[in-house]
Amino acid sequence: MDWQAFWLTIQLAVVVAFILIILGLPLAYWLTYSRWRWKFLVEAIVSLPIVLPPTVLGFYVLVALGTRSPFGQWWQKLTGHPLAFTFEGLVIGSIIYSLPFAVQPLVASFTSVDDKLLAASATLGVSKFNTFRRVTLPLSIPGLVTAITLSFAHTMGEFGVVLMVGGNIPGLTRTVSIDIYDKVQMFDYAGANRAALVLLFISFVSLSLVYAVNRKRWTVFLWK
Amino acid sequence: MEVTNSTTIRESKDTISPPSSGLGDGELKVQIRKLFDQFQLQIGTTFPSGISILFGPSGSGKTTLLHSIAGLVTPDEGWITIGGRNVFDNRTHVPVERRRVGVVFQDLALFPHLSVEANVQYGLASLPRTERLQKSNEILDSFRISHLKKRRPDEISGGERQRVALARALVIDPCALLLDEPLAALDVITKAKIIDDLRSWNQAHRIPILYVTHSREEVFALGERVLILEHGRVVAQGTPHEVMSAPRQETVAQLAGFENIFDAEVTRIHEERGSMICRIAGTRVDLETPLVRATVGSQIRIGVRAGDIMLAVTQPVGLSARNIIPGNIVSLDQRDVMIVARVDCGIEMSAQLTLAARDSLHLKPGLAVWLVIKTYSCHLMAK
Repeated sequence: MDWQAFWLTIQLAVVVAFILIILGLPLAYWLTYSRWRWKFLVEAIVSLPIVLPPTVLGFYVLVALGTRSPFGQWWQKLTGHPLAFTFEGLVIGSIIYSLPFAVQPLVASFTSVDDKLLAASATLGVSKFNTFRRVTLPLSIPGLVTAITLSFAHTMGEFGVVLMVGGNIPGLTRTVSIDIYDKVQMFDYAGANRAALVLLFISFVSLSLVYAVNRKRWTVFLWK
Repeated sequence: MEVTNSTTIRESKDTISPPSSGLGDGELKVQIRKLFDQFQLQIGTTFPSGISILFGPSGSGKTTLLHSIAGLVTPDEGWITIGGRNVFDNRTHVPVERRRVGVVFQDLALFPHLSVEANVQYGLASLPRTERLQKSNEILDSFRISHLKKRRPDEISGGERQRVALARALVIDPCALLLDEPLAALDVITKAKIIDDLRSWNQAHRIPILYVTHSREEVFALGERVLILEHGRVVAQGTPHEVMSAPRQETVAQLAGFENIFDAEVTRIHEERGSMICRIAGTRVDLETPLVRATVGSQIRIGVRAGDIMLAVTQPVGLSARNIIPGNIVSLDQRDVMIVARVDCGIEMSAQLTLAARDSLHLKPGLAVWLVIKTYSCHLMAK
């Protein structure tokens, strides 16, 4: 087991999940309540990573982060080193890749909050922001847990984008999934299996958590 | 939260001018128009402090009117002032959260994740803690729900939830209170108790309270003032009895579901007692009814609900009810768990009673009975 790759992957997933919640909350709020006529285009863009091959996404992220793009140049001026094939580059690629897994559960949760509650809050003199903070968010805890868990788990297991954007630099951009690929290439099936089991276990635990917080009461009663 | 998206603002031929400054008069004045696909809401009226009932069939615009006043719906044109404060006209649109209009929604919209106390304190977040506690304790006491403080909305009864919703809306000292069929789901006794508490609260605060209902019982139970809405317009207003006696209100009476409707002639007027005697046409049956604008000889129509008629098998004595009419049972029909007794008194009347009453009184067709009708159970309409 390549523990260096493992900790790097955990680090990446935690950072990405954290940033995704910060970005995802306002974005999901906007997607839920905006009545802009072109909103569907934004919805499509946010959901693109679900259907796009990771290599396609990774390719464009790589181009966008490269030293020839305005963003890549700006980053190099700011930090003194290029973005591609760095941990930061990996974070940016992963954020885009896992964005729908954070945004969609949040949108679903916000949508399920009864409009009447928001209207009641407004009639009681409470602003939109505070209504979000005091009503929508507390009632969306399962969605929030789902968003955090899914973006964490999805980032843990990504391969294509990481390979395209990060390459395979041990301790810097080499994640577990790439480590597994490497091991298989070198016929180290036992090593690959150990790493794969860890990923399988983490994914299973994450999904169990998601379904546990989202379960309905009647499903429990059914099995009683 | 917009109900419709048809917001075509059109130049109106009627000149609608904002009211002259009636500062702090506590009144709610509404002059609005809103176009929908199906109909047009057009209301121009003043609601004084106290309970005003908005009565009408569903789709008549009651809820839209309420939502316009609260700011949840934007009228196409017109103006709204609350206690002399302009909250809506062609330049002004005070947002919902700054209107200070209390609303109790049909399904109450209590916050499910908050305790009763936190629900009631929800609108008081800007106050210091001690003041917030004091206000919420006061209102929890006056609506008799102090003992429920720590419970969640799903842990209390329907009547208790209504009280919480009322307390939550009133604790912020609103300039007006809007109730959208809040008590529809409650039994009569619970309902009456809540209304009593609401009335006593309002004696101290004197704000306009708009109460939407399509239940005729509620109209008469609450009625200081009733406005009848049909197709987005106020078609009649006044006290419940005035509204029922006003011309053109036959449709309303039928809407209100009177099983017994008689043509009658006014034979005597007792101004000092506020009552009059009417003889039902073609019979020798006299009914004492409430006084309305009428003269001796006026032809009127009287509506009595079957549920308001009592039935006795011996001639009752010592009753406060003024109308005791002898007759014979024609038939007894069961409807669900109620019995409708048709009684011939010279004219046929329907009375409603329970299965238990039928059995314990051994009622059967042909039996001689006495019908007991209270004066105020006789509702007058113009012919």
